[in-house]
Amino acid sequence: MEQRPRSFYFLAAFFCVFLLFLYGPTLTIGVLSFQGKGGGLTFPMRGVSLNWFRELFEQQAVGDIWGSFRRSLALGFMVMVSTVVVSVSAGLAFRKKFAGSTVLFYLTITSLVIPSILVSLGVGLIFNQLGFKVHWATSGFGSQLTWTLPFGLLIIFAVFNRFDKSYEEAARDQGATPWQIIRHVILPIIAPSLIGVALFGFTLSYDEFARTLLTAGSYNTLPLEIFGMTTNVTTPVIYALGTLTTLFSLAIIGVFLLVVWILGKRRARIGSDAGKAL
Amino acid sequence: MGKSRDSIAYFQAAPLMAVLLAFLVVPIGMIFVVSFWGATEFSIYPAFQLDNYAFLFSSPVTYKVFFATFKYAFITWVFTLSIGFTVAYFLAFHVRSQSMQTALFLLCTIPFLTSNIIRMISWIPFLGRNGIANQTLISWGVIDEPLEWLLYSDFSVILAFVHLYTLFMVVPIFNTMMRIDKSLVEAAYDNGASGLQTLWHVIVPLTKPGIMIGTIFVVTLVMGDFITVRFMSGSQKANVGRLISNDIALLQYPSAAATAVVLLCTVLIVIGVLLRFVNIRKEL
Repeated sequence: MEQRPRSFYFLAAFFCVFLLFLYGPTLTIGVLSFQGKGGGLTFPMRGVSLNWFRELFEQQAVGDIWGSFRRSLALGFMVMVSTVVVSVSAGLAFRKKFAGSTVLFYLTITSLVIPSILVSLGVGLIFNQLGFKVHWATSGFGSQLTWTLPFGLLIIFAVFNRFDKSYEEAARDQGATPWQIIRHVILPIIAPSLIGVALFGFTLSYDEFARTLLTAGSYNTLPLEIFGMTTNVTTPVIYALGTLTTLFSLAIIGVFLLVVWILGKRRARIGSDAGKAL
Repeated sequence: MGKSRDSIAYFQAAPLMAVLLAFLVVPIGMIFVVSFWGATEFSIYPAFQLDNYAFLFSSPVTYKVFFATFKYAFITWVFTLSIGFTVAYFLAFHVRSQSMQTALFLLCTIPFLTSNIIRMISWIPFLGRNGIANQTLISWGVIDEPLEWLLYSDFSVILAFVHLYTLFMVVPIFNTMMRIDKSLVEAAYDNGASGLQTLWHVIVPLTKPGIMIGTIFVVTLVMGDFITVRFMSGSQKANVGRLISNDIALLQYPSAAATAVVLLCTVLIVIGVLLRFVNIRKEL
């Protein structure tokens, strides 16, 4: 192996500092959430305790944390499933040019770059004028999709750009119907990437704030609840909540990575199930 | 044949189209309509008046706030680009094993999938009056008094932006760099180019599409933001997003809508200019 150039060590150091910058603050509140009973929002630690976690589970003086967590969880799964289905379906459509495909593509990009508060405001106005009540499962759900679908679609584009069409052609030559091709050739091949889309769909929804702000109605999602807490909670209990929800996000990411890894192993061992349809 | 294939495509694209129509096109249309409406203290009423726009363009606050928005976007862009490019360059050209590359790349991406609000809150123990930064600087003897401008200032707002959004630079730039044919870099070296010459004349030009996509992300995220500015400045600084959210809080929807229309036009113009430099679909 050739000698590392000097620039390598400089860049490696830079990268380490960058990681510290990314993770340092989160780790700090992780430590501070174990602050002792009389401790405040900054160092020094006044002893070590689980006091703030206990408060999170005991009293509900500050809103409805567990209710909002359940809602965020349900909403996350709804958004996840819809994102996968809708963006795969649209991805299949986009493989061929159709009248209006360019417009739809730029509309999707607009959906991604538009200031979130505009979606929130617009959807809120529509619901009010139509006399519907805004609710996290209707208006909130739709508003979040305008954020997760572009990400899903961009990932699917990247996948199909690298997709070897000869598999599909081989299936067609052997007399497979279009639906059989999708079900038994395309979907198994792109399955690992779909897990990536699902992960994005869930986590982006679970953490979404701005697009849900005016569209969630009277029942808050977790990020809205946490933001509400920042204005009236001045104890480390908010760090404890932050630590828990971050750990939850990390666990979800871990599960998804594990599934991708297992799928990869399985595929390496027994091959894909392409051909099982015969 | 062509017809039936088109109809299959429409069937497959229909769900996406439906969502975007219902939750993007129609709501934006509604904002446009409401921007001409009038408002009393408690309600809004349909009308066609230009009062909201007239007020918006006659108020000096508007120009100040738009200027602040561009300032945040520009400074954040400079920092996220230089940090993001350096990180992506290290990952793409200096990390040799592919599994190490994947692992480090994942490490960079994970924070993106956790809560932005929590990531903002987590700066408080660092930047506060008695925070880690001030305590450290005082104990080193660099300063005698705690610095007041670390938290609830432009500094903390931009720091949070860079913290939240550098990832949006790293990912597209890394993606483009990974597709640069390594033999081009070797050819540059073989012809006697120095490391910096290769970087500037070979790698940077070939990375431009990635830089553009990252720029679009960062600029639009910062320009459309309201929550980072509100939280990290302790409500002491303003950008256009906050102007809108303040109007909403006061139930002045028509005025919020007019500001939103102007913000949307501004963002779309900026994107339109940036898109002239890159074909997004080719770069994925």
